[in-house]
Amino acid sequence: MDTVFYTLQDFMTHSKGITYLVMAGILIALPLFWCFITDRDEKKRTY
Amino acid sequence: MSEETTLTDKKIFTPFNIICGIIIVVGLILTILRFTKGLGAVTNLDHNNPWGIWIGFDLLCGVALAAGGFVTSAACYIFGLKRFHSAVRPAILTAFLGYAMVVLALNYDVGRPWRLPYPIFYSQGTTSLLFEVGLCVFLYISVLFVEYSPAALEWLGFKKIRNLIVRMTLVLTIFGVILSTLHQSSLGALFMIAPSKLHPLWYSEYLPIYFFISSIFAGLSMVIFEGSLAHRFLHHKMDETHLAESTGVALGFAKAASFLMMGYAGIKLIGIAIDNHWHYLATSWGQWYLLEIIGFVMLPAYLYALAAREKNLILARWASVVAVLGIVLNRLNISVIAFNWNLPSAQRYFPSWMEIATSIFIITIGVVAYRFIATYMPILYKHPDYQEHQ
Repeated sequence: MDTVFYTLQDFMTHSKGITYLVMAGILIALPLFWCFITDRDEKKRTY
Repeated sequence: MSEETTLTDKKIFTPFNIICGIIIVVGLILTILRFTKGLGAVTNLDHNNPWGIWIGFDLLCGVALAAGGFVTSAACYIFGLKRFHSAVRPAILTAFLGYAMVVLALNYDVGRPWRLPYPIFYSQGTTSLLFEVGLCVFLYISVLFVEYSPAALEWLGFKKIRNLIVRMTLVLTIFGVILSTLHQSSLGALFMIAPSKLHPLWYSEYLPIYFFISSIFAGLSMVIFEGSLAHRFLHHKMDETHLAESTGVALGFAKAASFLMMGYAGIKLIGIAIDNHWHYLATSWGQWYLLEIIGFVMLPAYLYALAAREKNLILARWASVVAVLGIVLNRLNISVIAFNWNLPSAQRYFPSWMEIATSIFIITIGVVAYRFIATYMPILYKHPDYQEHQ
């Protein structure tokens, strides 16, 4: 990535912005992955 | 379990015994060389590379792979997953022997074994992470010894003291979890003092978290891997309960390890994003890093997930081999391969054959000890006098 940062503010805004996007992706992907792991398990009654 | 396998009707010169014997003889010769001629006689260590594979492999990998002890006992006694109960004793034994081998290997690296208790009892460096690691390992190996001791006491017939220790199981488990959390993460934190030496892809302010989380799935993988070896070579020592529960243990642990490993890959990605180190991924170091993350974290995580979905025990066992190799690769990357990455290649460290042979010697001692204990003590089966006890 050739982005040039002139201030720490620029750097933090950029890297944190990307980090939040990555985190959002992970928060969506991990529950889906959990469903993939468990969807063939026998359903347990919880009531 | 069959009772007919006793020492007397076994052959002494089996391939296992011959190979182990040769390794132990070579190891003893190297031990004499190390402690009489010094580090320079047997290692390629120097001032640029004071830590070699005795730290990177024997200690860091040994501690991570021995995490199965606290993970299994926490699952069983703290989280109440009693279906994993039959895996607790083998896991505790593996952890105890793993830590014992770590301490043995540490003696080879630091020398003067009689001074090993000094940092604990004589000269405490309370501002040092190494002191915290040393203290935790000292305390945790004591806890593991006590946790393992009921098996030895049942074998020896000391009922009263065995029953007393069994009553302390929950307290010991809680101690084990606390001490493991502390020193597993501190081992990662050790490398935070070397930001200029460790490659930026592996260096992160989250190193303690990476080390702790990776130790959990390393422990889970090691329990599955060790269970598959026990099934292959010590099948006759297992009782009905152990045999009946082993598939559930492997698939349950595979499910947990799979989710953890994907989460771990996710936080590694966050580490790169927060430091904005994306550009390093396009270099040859980046390809090596991606091989570690995709090939040895995400691939076994996917294989574990498939194994848990399909109830495929064989796949779970193969995935555990890849996961264990991945942990070894990660610890070696951080401590040896990506450490001092910017030095000229002539000044880089590569272990001597004697260092590698000493590591193999130490692992062999652990394997022989495990085999002896699992053969004679109630590790893979319940002692007939204590069937109703935990």
